[in-house]
Amino acid sequence: MCGAPKQGGALAGIDLSTQTVIQGSVWHDGAPVAGAYVRLLDSTDEFTAEVVTSPEGEFRFFAAPGQWKVRALAAVGKGERVLPAEVGLNETTVAIS
Amino acid sequence: MSRTDVLVTVDWVQEHLGQPGIVLVEVDEDTSAYDGGHLEGAVKFDWKKDLQDPLRRDYLDKSAFEALLSSRGIANDDTVVLYGGNNNWFAAYAYWYFKIYGHGDVKLMDGGRKKWELDGRPLSKDAVERPATSYRAAEPDLSIRAFRDEVVAAIGSKNLVDVRSPDEFSGKILAPAHLPQEQSQKAGHVPTAINIPWSKAANEDGTFKSDEQLAALYAEQGYDESKPTIAYCRIGERSSHTWFVLRELLGKTDVKNYDGSWVEYGSLVGVPIEK
Repeated sequence: MCGAPKQGGALAGIDLSTQTVIQGSVWHDGAPVAGAYVRLLDSTDEFTAEVVTSPEGEFRFFAAPGQWKVRALAAVGKGERVLPAEVGLNETTVAIS
Repeated sequence: MSRTDVLVTVDWVQEHLGQPGIVLVEVDEDTSAYDGGHLEGAVKFDWKKDLQDPLRRDYLDKSAFEALLSSRGIANDDTVVLYGGNNNWFAAYAYWYFKIYGHGDVKLMDGGRKKWELDGRPLSKDAVERPATSYRAAEPDLSIRAFRDEVVAAIGSKNLVDVRSPDEFSGKILAPAHLPQEQSQKAGHVPTAINIPWSKAANEDGTFKSDEQLAALYAEQGYDESKPTIAYCRIGERSSHTWFVLRELLGKTDVKNYDGSWVEYGSLVGVPIEK
């Protein structure tokens, strides 16, 4: 119930007229990073959720409209991205430099 | 009781892999994590399949808990070391469970799977077989479990600690944001609850903050040392993490986990809610 569903993949079954989906992938050195820990922080930088990226480096959150920060933590390093989200699909990429 | 009685480091676990008398248990909601690689010799508990009553909303009764532990080859005198994903949420829930049924020596691995993986430590895909035991559980210790009526009665009188994220506390979202936001219960929190998210007690690598940092955290968030405490979240696993911090690390007495949590409270007819 509190465990994350499989990350990434098709959006079938997700109602994009009501859900605010934030999804994307984590990259490092030109390749997706599998098994990275990605956390969603709210506008006050407080933890809201965390998932582990799929073998293709993908992550997905179900949030609410507003400003969010996505932060990735992996054995190879850290990266983050701030983005505004609206109802519907919001896509982003997080690079670990 | 001190930190070293209830918490072991990843270094300690790696040094003690395979040692008789120590049983590692991985606790996840999603067992694909375990199946894709686990600590050598660790057995698995599936949070949903193994740790919930198959019919009612409740934890396992005594005989079912005994059967589970016996089938995993866990003996009453074993040292059980729990770890898992989600920053040890479900491992902390299982820890609380082991305490409910009176297991003698149970510990959490600090940082759980995340810390282990970020350190690049070895994982095994080998099947783990342990000879079955005849585990005997104690009668459930209800001094660490809160029920709904007690929560309603605690409004304005006990520390009610809501450990969900600020956006769940305020009712902006209904579930942690890795889950679809379609839930039947009302949004908000129990009146007079203080919001101290579980995540404030953990470092980014999933390990617990120091005792000094934890003591300061609860003091500055309005936690009243003179009152009993009930912690809750959405389904009772994140609040187990905070229950562990308050009772096992900080040594506070009379701390209960309300495992019914918001899924139950937010569905009750006629109870007060604040947003």
